[in-house]
Amino acid sequence: MLKQTPSQTVGPYFAYGLTPEQYLYDFQSLAQNDLVSSDEEHIVIRGRVFDGEENVIPDAMLEIWDNKNNLFGRFGTGTEKDKSFVFKTKKPQSSGENAPFLSVILFMRGQLIHSYTRIYFSDEVKNATDEVLSQIDNSRRETLIAQKKDNYYLFDIHIQGDSETVFFDI
Amino acid sequence: MSQLIYNPFDMEVHPPRLSPAYKSTILRAPTKPLVLLKQSLAELSGPVFGDFNLGEFDHDLTKNSIKNGEPLGERIVVHGTVFNENGQPIPHTLIEIWQANSCGRYVHKVDQHDAPLDPNFLGAGRCMTDKDGNYKFFTIKPGAYPWGNHYNAWRPNHIHFSLFGANITNRLVTQMYFPGDPLLEHDPIFLAVPPKGRDLLISKFDLGVTEPDFALGYRFDFVLRGHKATPFEKI
Repeated sequence: MLKQTPSQTVGPYFAYGLTPEQYLYDFQSLAQNDLVSSDEEHIVIRGRVFDGEENVIPDAMLEIWDNKNNLFGRFGTGTEKDKSFVFKTKKPQSSGENAPFLSVILFMRGQLIHSYTRIYFSDEVKNATDEVLSQIDNSRRETLIAQKKDNYYLFDIHIQGDSETVFFDI
Repeated sequence: MSQLIYNPFDMEVHPPRLSPAYKSTILRAPTKPLVLLKQSLAELSGPVFGDFNLGEFDHDLTKNSIKNGEPLGERIVVHGTVFNENGQPIPHTLIEIWQANSCGRYVHKVDQHDAPLDPNFLGAGRCMTDKDGNYKFFTIKPGAYPWGNHYNAWRPNHIHFSLFGANITNRLVTQMYFPGDPLLEHDPIFLAVPPKGRDLLISKFDLGVTEPDFALGYRFDFVLRGHKATPFEKI
């Protein structure tokens, strides 16, 4: 067997390479945060990423993957006024007794390997029967569930602390 | 029937999440144990960029942002193969590239290092592997630059890479270094990698791909997580 290439941090200066249009660089982006055409039914997910002292992280990058709809999005936390990430996408479908979710890959300076998490949705009854959510302690399950607001879902990510988001080993 | 299950991250070669000498990890590394997730279709699929129409000079950072002349610095050509641990080449996979210019300055607006920007060099590019998993791109050798991690801290010359592979489980972001760089033994990001993995991040000078009167060549292979087949289980 060959040995895996070790991971290294994305660092603070990824924007012009990975999210150039979002950060107004003159280079075409391969992926965006708006994954629907304007007249399609869609949801908006937004949130912020917090470090171990609850500082908002302004140089993280999130990728979301919806395998049901074959949608991939990418957004850095450096351009919104409050350093949020924002995605406009389709609401994913559920699968059997499992609840709908989006896969998330998180990168930032200070993470030597990216982190995996998931976004579930607070208005889904199947959260109660979801295979993955069920294996997580009650006390931490909420960290994976985006809260429905008037016209968006709120999904904050806490890297450390009492409300540390569940990250997955996949 | 069987399905593929991908091997875990090999922690003999990957850096631990918390590596206090690299100070930013202290408040940014998850502290609770990761939750083991059985790989389902979501983890065994991912975006496909095979049809994406790369720009004519996306793979040539010496040409893709020329404004009024050639970028300054030492031209290099970097090539290699993307494999998985099983030794199978990974065809048609996307490699994204970003780096500092020859003076050690990033175009990024938050880089305040007092070294000149090069109007003819953006430092971003991308390429796809061919049907045999091979890739190649041209660029300018990046310079070293200071950073705030500790007194007199300098990053060794490096190029950043982002790879997708077959699915999101294979996702890899890493950095390639250059042989003989004296800064490597002082760099906490490189040294966060266990000794067994460090050589895997250092490119090799390659006279075979060096282009006469044009550019020095370096070889750098990537190895993504491999897989094994397990009896099919409905997921």
